[in-house]
Amino acid sequence: MTHVLDPDAVTAETPPRREPLAPYRDVTRSDAAFRAFLHGLPGVDQVGAEARVAVLGTRSIKTTAKAWAIDTAISMVDLTTLEGADTPGKVRSLAAKARRPDPGDPSCPQVAAVCVYGDLAGVASEALAGSGVHTAAVATAFPSGRASRAVKLADVRDAVTNGADEIDMVIDRGAFLAGRYLDVYDEIVAVKEACARPDGQGRAHLKVILETGELVTLDAVRRASWLAMLAGGDFIKTSTGKVSPAATLPVCLVMLEAVRDFRAATGRQVGVKPAGGIRNTKDAVKHLVLVNEVAGPDWLSPDWFRFGASSLLNDLLLQRQKLRTGHYSGPDHVTID
Amino acid sequence: MSSDRLAVRKTYKLYVNGAFPRSESGRTYEVTDTRGHFLANAAWASRKDARDAVVAARAAFRGWSGATAYNRGQVLYRVAEVMEGRHVQFCEEVAAGEGISGSKARAAVDAAIDRWVWYAGWTDKLGAVLGGANPVAGPYFDFSLPEPTGVVAVLAPQRSSLLGLVSVLAPVLAGGNTAVVVTSKERPLPAVTLGEVLATSDVPAGVVNLLTGDAGEIGPWLAEHDDVDAVDLTGAPAGRAMELERLAAGSIKRVVRPPAEEPDWTADPGLSRLTPFLETKTVWHPMGV
Repeated sequence: MTHVLDPDAVTAETPPRREPLAPYRDVTRSDAAFRAFLHGLPGVDQVGAEARVAVLGTRSIKTTAKAWAIDTAISMVDLTTLEGADTPGKVRSLAAKARRPDPGDPSCPQVAAVCVYGDLAGVASEALAGSGVHTAAVATAFPSGRASRAVKLADVRDAVTNGADEIDMVIDRGAFLAGRYLDVYDEIVAVKEACARPDGQGRAHLKVILETGELVTLDAVRRASWLAMLAGGDFIKTSTGKVSPAATLPVCLVMLEAVRDFRAATGRQVGVKPAGGIRNTKDAVKHLVLVNEVAGPDWLSPDWFRFGASSLLNDLLLQRQKLRTGHYSGPDHVTID
Repeated sequence: MSSDRLAVRKTYKLYVNGAFPRSESGRTYEVTDTRGHFLANAAWASRKDARDAVVAARAAFRGWSGATAYNRGQVLYRVAEVMEGRHVQFCEEVAAGEGISGSKARAAVDAAIDRWVWYAGWTDKLGAVLGGANPVAGPYFDFSLPEPTGVVAVLAPQRSSLLGLVSVLAPVLAGGNTAVVVTSKERPLPAVTLGEVLATSDVPAGVVNLLTGDAGEIGPWLAEHDDVDAVDLTGAPAGRAMELERLAAGSIKRVVRPPAEEPDWTADPGLSRLTPFLETKTVWHPMGV
């Protein structure tokens, strides 16, 4: 072991660290203290978590409740395209779909946001202007997060300047898994500062991607959730969608417990965004049941819960058409994207 | 084998997307022979099983319709080979289910396998027989080609449990369509065995989906389904064909009306069951360029 930690070593050049909310002001005073706090969080009973989501997944949501769930889920979708082959034209067509997901039915709600790479945020925000749909951009060397901090912060500022009002950042999983929790914390704080709009008009919303598929255990998910919330993340998000497994129900359960406990302790509410692998209405409804039962109905709003998805929206629309017309619809009746 | 051996009472499942799932509804029903003796339990498919089957059939359509006609013929012939290996089992099930003698059941099974081979041979001949070059008054090459309609929902005959089933299913497949079949309610066992045959031959998953259950219950959902392109009403419950045809009109499906009475399936079908599930595409190509 070459790296020796000195808990009280604070060099003169380091600016004072931004403290978390009360009652957790002191947990980031040193690497050792932060580790002690995060490892002191109660362990997660993995078998129990899986059993709990399995039971909640059997809830039967039908007729009017199903109609409400589908409309709510549509309004929570972050319509996402994160491909190397994305073009301005594709982003514009996605924006048109976000404004009016089902052109044949004006009663269909809008989605919450369109999520793109930072360089296309300008195209998206222009196409979404005045619609109320947000522009989300991924940043900080998404999806791997393997770049120096200066590059990551420049990435964030660029996306914000381009018009993104929500930033999806990835945490440094390498640092997290190596146990350098304060590095991860400091980086999130720095990114949050970089989210400030250049014109001084507030700052972009910050979603922190934990990439739970690479954290492996639910204990690590709980620690990463608390770390991100203490650092000031407005949302905690499961995954980039580029790693398998992506969003799973047990992971979502642990994160919802974390935001519930965090609000109870500090009074600050943080949102949750599962992303990747949620492809059909049934999965989406299971997530909504989980939100209601674990975090509570306060989270059942696009301000506090989002789905990061692309193919999910079409399935929601097909189910919506089925409820409206009384017969099964088909993929010819929704747009291809 | 000693006679005091415990009977193995079978509970069969559906055949959807190349797998054998239970019905989503969890329901089963008892299948008996014509004298009321228990034969086996069969899955009782629900509308959601039909929905899943249509999704599977749609997903399989591109691959199956895009395969060369020669390849489709080989795959279908392979099915006949595997059926031949199950000859004895088919005979027992047909005899018990239809209440006919062993020799009549054998003749029906032979005819069913022969019918399958016959349709397997048609795959690469349809283009020549039903399409061709058209003489047109202009400087164009003009071709007509038969193309598959798409996903076909088949309500299989209620009485003829194997020969009837093969006679309605094989032509749908030979044309390059994919199928969702609701089998005979009272006599589903040969269809279940056919599912096992299809799963162990080279037919891609989803090309054939077999739902054991009530055509009167699932039929309307399939007839009304926007993603089904054609519906064969041969096994529709008596008196309900018109209702099903009306439901199918909402999405402009091809509809094959049921005969007044279940026909003699041993008769030569000709092309009568192939052409309803084929669309003619005509291509004009400038000449001399």
